[in-house]
Amino acid sequence: MQILRHIGEYTMLMSRVLRWPDRQRMFWRQYSRELEKQGLQSLPIVLIISVFIGAILTIQAKTNTENPLLPTYTVGLLTRETLLLEFSSTILCLILAGKVGSNIASEIGTMRITEQIDAMEIMGVNSANYLILPKIIAFVTMMPMLVIISTAIGLLGGWAVGAFTDIITIHDYLVGVQYAFNPYYVWYGIIKSLVFAFVITSMSSYYGYYVRGGALDVGRASTNAVVNSNIMILFLDLVLSKLLL
Amino acid sequence: MIEVKDIVKSFDGNVVLNHISTEMRDGEVNMIIGQSGSGKTVLMKSLIGLHAVDSGAILYDGRDLAQMKEKEIRALHREVGMLFQGSALFDSMTVMENVLFPMEMFARQTDAEMRARAEFCLRRVEMPERVWNLMPSEISGGQQKRVAIARAIVLEPKYLFCDEPNSGLDPKTSLVIDALIQDITREYNICTIVNSHDMNSIMEIGDNILFLKNGKKEWQGSRHEIMTSDNEALNDFVFASELFKRIKTATL
Repeated sequence: MQILRHIGEYTMLMSRVLRWPDRQRMFWRQYSRELEKQGLQSLPIVLIISVFIGAILTIQAKTNTENPLLPTYTVGLLTRETLLLEFSSTILCLILAGKVGSNIASEIGTMRITEQIDAMEIMGVNSANYLILPKIIAFVTMMPMLVIISTAIGLLGGWAVGAFTDIITIHDYLVGVQYAFNPYYVWYGIIKSLVFAFVITSMSSYYGYYVRGGALDVGRASTNAVVNSNIMILFLDLVLSKLLL
Repeated sequence: MIEVKDIVKSFDGNVVLNHISTEMRDGEVNMIIGQSGSGKTVLMKSLIGLHAVDSGAILYDGRDLAQMKEKEIRALHREVGMLFQGSALFDSMTVMENVLFPMEMFARQTDAEMRARAEFCLRRVEMPERVWNLMPSEISGGQQKRVAIARAIVLEPKYLFCDEPNSGLDPKTSLVIDALIQDITREYNICTIVNSHDMNSIMEIGDNILFLKNGKKEWQGSRHEIMTSDNEALNDFVFASELFKRIKTATL
């Protein structure tokens, strides 16, 4: 019963969110703020995680492919495929669900318990549309860029292993990175990330919007937003991988 | 004018508002008073349309709230200003942006006209210019209430709702806020509804006072009539303290 209530409330909320904004000017103002908040402020964590994961993937791939029958470019190939297919889309979104999702849920939840949302509603503003739509559109806009940046920086991390250690040569790594490249995998990652960006922002907004109580409940909503967004991302990853690959 | 006609509201079978009828008049401070749990907040939320009543009618200048569609309720809400207990200022916006917000959403005016109107409202509530660009967290509770009043009147509302406007304020600031509410009500001929526990407010600005007890209308009258009322429940509530008892005795 509880899950049906959540689905019903989420659907009703989205029916109020996904409407043409009352005032275009206010929407674009909020949108640009959210681009900065959800997108640009996520860049440092994306860069740090991607460069380290790229380097670690390269070292682990080398360790697990110490077989003379395997070609030397295998390590670069494995690093690229892992980054493109899973890390820079799914794992990155799981990480960003923690950062962006909890931020959205706590921001909207705090507005709810301090009656700021009620104030908007009483003014005649569609608060769901005003607050949530710019967040969704901004994060969906930024996500493909974050995925591409993450993949590039991850590959750079792998290259750094070749450049600063003797684990692999740069030449072997670069041959592997370019070997049998399938551009569709880039689109596959981007499509997945667009869906995940929608899931993170809409689910986190839902948990924040329906908070009742006080500060503890906002914290609880924030945790629920992250946990349930992660579960939904993993489930949709499975579905999309089956459909798209 | 807001007419309340025989409304009933219950939650899970528990009747919170029991056949209440009253009138909230324009240009007057209409107060809803009563003990905690008497139904004041539910009545106010029902008047605004945040709670749907089980039966009865709420008429805004003859327009039945229950018959309105979502779009009409949103249009009605543009005629309503509300002052919340905790001010409910948008904490991501400056004082000026808070006051500009309703106009930016609904007014068809140039930026300069909106700015001029916001400045007028901020001056009307005596907010010094130096705080206009501060965030709500950087100003005092009394100043937050003033900004909230400025925001509530910026679109020239017909109806102004105030939920415990003096909550958390010192007695001197409370008097200032009360005077401001009363002046604005008279000046713009607004139908003001105040939900309050504050005896000073009731005696200072209550033009039309509705006293609720256990969800029922127990008494209605002006602040002057309170002094001469022999309603036992009302006297127990209003003149609970020794000080107010002595004031009543002295007045009589």
